Amino acid sequence: MAVKTRRLRDIPLAFTMLGPSLLVLLTFVLYPLGKAVWLGQQTCNVQGKNCKSVGWGQYTTVVKSDQFQHALWVTVKFALITVPIGLALGVGLAVLADKQLRGMRFFRTIFSSTIATSVAVASLMWLFLLQPSVGVLANLGWLRDIFPVIKEPGLLKDPGTALWSVGISSIWANLGFTFILVTAGLQSVPKEMHESAYVDGAGGWMRFTNITLPLISPTLLFTTVVLTSRAFQAYGEMDLLTNGGPVPQDSTTTVTYLIYGSSSIIKNNDGLQAAVAVLLFLILLALSALQFRGFGKRVHYGS
Amino acid sequence: MALDTPPKGWRSFARYSMLTIVALFILFPVYTTVIAALKPGNKVLDNPLVPDAFTLDVLKDAWTQGRLGRYLMNTTVVAFIVTSVQLVTSIASAYAFSFLKFPMKRLVFGIFLSTLLVPLEVTLVVNRRTIDSLGWLNSFQGLTIPFVATAFGTFLLRQVFMQIPPDLREAAQMDGLGHWGFMKEVAIPLVRPTLGALGLFSFLASWNQYLWPSLITTEDDMNTLQTGLRLLASSDLDKPNLIMAGTIIAAVPILIVLVVFQKQLVRGLTAGAVKG
Repeated sequence: MAVKTRRLRDIPLAFTMLGPSLLVLLTFVLYPLGKAVWLGQQTCNVQGKNCKSVGWGQYTTVVKSDQFQHALWVTVKFALITVPIGLALGVGLAVLADKQLRGMRFFRTIFSSTIATSVAVASLMWLFLLQPSVGVLANLGWLRDIFPVIKEPGLLKDPGTALWSVGISSIWANLGFTFILVTAGLQSVPKEMHESAYVDGAGGWMRFTNITLPLISPTLLFTTVVLTSRAFQAYGEMDLLTNGGPVPQDSTTTVTYLIYGSSSIIKNNDGLQAAVAVLLFLILLALSALQFRGFGKRVHYGS
Repeated sequence: MALDTPPKGWRSFARYSMLTIVALFILFPVYTTVIAALKPGNKVLDNPLVPDAFTLDVLKDAWTQGRLGRYLMNTTVVAFIVTSVQLVTSIASAYAFSFLKFPMKRLVFGIFLSTLLVPLEVTLVVNRRTIDSLGWLNSFQGLTIPFVATAFGTFLLRQVFMQIPPDLREAAQMDGLGHWGFMKEVAIPLVRPTLGALGLFSFLASWNQYLWPSLITTEDDMNTLQTGLRLLASSDLDKPNLIMAGTIIAAVPILIVLVVFQKQLVRGLTAGAVKG
């Protein structure tokens, strides 16, 4: 009986403490998810009003459409460019800076520095490098003579280089984040393990592959998952650097850009936007499940 | 030989050279940005790598004409509101999950947990409609309220609260210390370091928001730094030095914040880049 009253006595306080959070999370996270699933089988007018159901077949239509499949393929390519290169560079930088040397704090600060750039800041810095008329590279005569594509049509306007250019900007912007995470991982590797392996005659590369990599594998898995989901959700880079173009190939129209982009063909169609958003949700869910399953077994979490 | 003694001679020279080369590559876009922002318009296109002219007028123009001053104020207000309210709601809900007994606790906890799986990009199509129907387009409410609660912060703090032994709570209760007192005297002091990390993380995330403000902002007065830069870039592409001055104004405050709160940054990132 006493237990029962204590269970009930806390209710008003629990309600006060949880109420605000619950209201916000329900209204702006769970309701929109459910509503998006419903909206995905509707069609609305250009103002997003007067939505009418047209059937769940709309999802099938979207999945089968060239635009969605193209955007998905672009997104996959973008992830395949940015994630492995970004991770490798981050690990390389962290290993390079993982020594007790004079001045190392200075270098670490520089290597972490891109974390201070928002997507808009980073993208505009790269826009100024890559833009074909006012850009830095286009106004370096010697460079332009070796790589005419910089000027005509421009790295961001050539269908062959656009996605790579956006990718490099994105890798640069994420590098500070990756560097900080991997450095934190490296610092958790016990020095004694390296020393005893060194005494046993293991060289630098052998110590790196046999000791360092397995021990930082949880960090690497975590970083990979975050970088992949960032790649799939990348939007600002495309919005500022390419507008999803160049057209007509739409070389940088990723799934997220397809939903929200100002030059996307579905920008005034809430129903289709919701359908693509729900599909993006399912893809991201499947992707992180796969990554945790696939790598999870090989990850060494220590004791 | 211990491994952490500094390597001598050419090996350390080689390492320093590599470090320097890499650092120069990373700083290159920053360097060209700073050079451009400090050059008058007629000089910016020739010798883009050489600082052969200097003026502060472009930075001033960006601040006033480019309205970066206004955008900076909007962003600061939004980031402070989101961060401080997030801290309060996270402490409250983490405390409730850790120390209060109430029915359907597991269900409510499950609701919190499930929100972690939903990426921001998926919810915004509907959130834009919600904000529109509330009449909150172009408003601080629209920019802040969807983000003033976070399951991530709740879990982070709950993990720390769970380390408090239940006996301690019971003993405090015997001594007549109620929940508010216990929270103030025991629970909050314990999570203070975590609060720092969480606060910095929320601040950064809010400061850097790009997609959401661009969806609900159409009036220039309500632009944040990020959407303001977007506007600047689309309307003044013929003045690259003005745009670069704008990016500097947008980047410097957060750079200062990060230098001051370095420790919290590493802690916050390793604990929680999940909702990055």
